[in-house]
Amino acid sequence: MNWITNYVRPKINSLFSRREIPENLWTKCPECGQMLFHRELAENLNVCTACDHHMAISPRQRFTALFDGGVFTEVKVPEPLADPLHFRDQKRYPERMKAAQKATGEKEAMLVAEGEIGRTPIVAAAQDFSFMGGSMGMYVGNAVIAAAERAVKLKRPLILFSAAGGARMQEGILSLMQMPRTTVAVEMLREAGLPYIVVLTHPTTGGVTASYAMLGDVQIAEPNALICFAGPRVIEQTIREKLPEGFQRAEYLLDHGMLDRVTHRRKLREELIVIVRLLTGKSPAVLADLPPPKPVAEARAPVPAEGGDAPA
Amino acid sequence: MNYLDFEKPLAEIEGKAEELRALARQNEGMNVEAEAAALDRKAGDLLRQLYKGLTPWQKCQVARHPDRPHCRDYIEALFTEWTPLAGDRNFADDHAVMGGLARFEDRPVVVIGHEKGHDTKSRIERNFGMARPEGYRKAIRLMDLADRFGLPVITLIDTPGAYPGKGAEERGQAEAIARSTQKCLQIGVPIVSVVIGEGGSGGAVAFATANRIAMLEHSIYSVISPEGCASILWKDAEKMREAAEALRLTAQDLEKLGVIDRIVPEPVGGAQRGREATVKAVGGAIKAMLKELSGMDRKALIAERRKKFLGMGQKGLAA
Ligand SMILES: [Zn+2]
Repeated sequence: MNWITNYVRPKINSLFSRREIPENLWTKCPECGQMLFHRELAENLNVCTACDHHMAISPRQRFTALFDGGVFTEVKVPEPLADPLHFRDQKRYPERMKAAQKATGEKEAMLVAEGEIGRTPIVAAAQDFSFMGGSMGMYVGNAVIAAAERAVKLKRPLILFSAAGGARMQEGILSLMQMPRTTVAVEMLREAGLPYIVVLTHPTTGGVTASYAMLGDVQIAEPNALICFAGPRVIEQTIREKLPEGFQRAEYLLDHGMLDRVTHRRKLREELIVIVRLLTGKSPAVLADLPPPKPVAEARAPVPAEGGDAPA
Repeated sequence: MNYLDFEKPLAEIEGKAEELRALARQNEGMNVEAEAAALDRKAGDLLRQLYKGLTPWQKCQVARHPDRPHCRDYIEALFTEWTPLAGDRNFADDHAVMGGLARFEDRPVVVIGHEKGHDTKSRIERNFGMARPEGYRKAIRLMDLADRFGLPVITLIDTPGAYPGKGAEERGQAEAIARSTQKCLQIGVPIVSVVIGEGGSGGAVAFATANRIAMLEHSIYSVISPEGCASILWKDAEKMREAAEALRLTAQDLEKLGVIDRIVPEPVGGAQRGREATVKAVGGAIKAMLKELSGMDRKALIAERRKKFLGMGQKGLAA
């Protein structure tokens, strides 16, 4: 079975889903309030240049910065049943899905790709927080499984970037069943002796944290990312006391022994290359010798909001 | 008897019958039996009526009924030589999770289950059946023990969910749940689970990633509580009836979705009105499920369990 459907050399337009194109050329940092020139922010991988706050980054944008030369190939994810419960709250689930697809330009909340980082072949999966809060339903489960199967087939490490508000409630019990399903995927990698590296990004919560996002051989988090099972609001309501500063943030988890590392997004690529090469017994990466990843700024020149063939 | 809100008409009839009989006891020569018996019949009919068409929200209430048999009751009635084993060897012993060695129908087994407690004191001691990381880590240890000595694992699920507390988070609640689920997938002995009350989210999955899963007729199993779902999606926790409906959390819907293997019938009026019969029926289901798995070797058990979960989600519900 051929999992690869298309070979993507990202074009300028496809790098952007609509939500990433600000109305104007400025973005306000939600942390420090600094007005950031869009191009400058993109160049810095959506990290505030004033306060280092790590803003959300789309899977496509992340992969473009991660893979050598920004080149990656998407791995096909088997399509699950749509709306298996005929779920309806104030809106129908299919309507919510359509709205999320339109807003993000993506099909679902996880993107899987294969390619090379520092000339080291890997498979990568990234969760998209802007797609219904990155919530884990059957598609995300299928994506994690497809990523693991592809990694096993190619004998490559899997690097997974998590970001989720939790389970996709609209899929009810079937979203809960993604916890054991994705854990089967982790088991496949384990048995094949392949490294599984998790990068936890802001926020990673609920059933996602309590399954594949906490089962990595190496656990790295981006600075200040909220990582938890129960969210701080629920805990405050339960114990009726104020939680300490920085509770459930990456640095707090590192202090409590729940993570291996907290790494700035700009340093992440290099660190992942080193870890993957160490774990797979490869020679040290000659980073200086490599074709640098395409300067992000160049690829990220602002484009008109309605421009070109941006996926809808 | 604790009555649920929808049982109020029943409480009135049963109360009236009781009143009549009390009156007769005080006044010699007064004969009320015919009248009281008529009320009994009326109550019986109403009970059957009520429990035939329970709504999903009513099932949530029944599943949480304080008079239902709990983990401890099943262990006492169905197993011999019960030998509780304590602690996670790291931090503490979690009293929300019962675990230990026992014999089931002449066969040594490991039993793991959530225990909610039956009165104020024991409820607090059991933390209302909400495990902390130590509970999952104790379960992991016991599953390893079962694996090493070839003992089947029987898990009894009855939890509102994992405990949302400060210490629980600091000590890695999420990691503990993930590792427990992973352990379920790794061990080469049969695991059979029965949801006896509430199957609350990750706290339930951590013990219920099994070869066979049964649910009591009026138990529930859900990704989130109806109240929690209502407050997020409806922005109003009072919409729990609607949320319970939408979540499809009943045993009947879960069987249709292929998530569980069998439903264990409850007596008329629910497990709380027929505790012994319920416990016995659960025992029968455990026996039957273990029998289905007998003769399977380590590899086959692990492979079957994986296949079961990978295959979930192929079946949806009819519109
Ligand atoms: Zn800032």
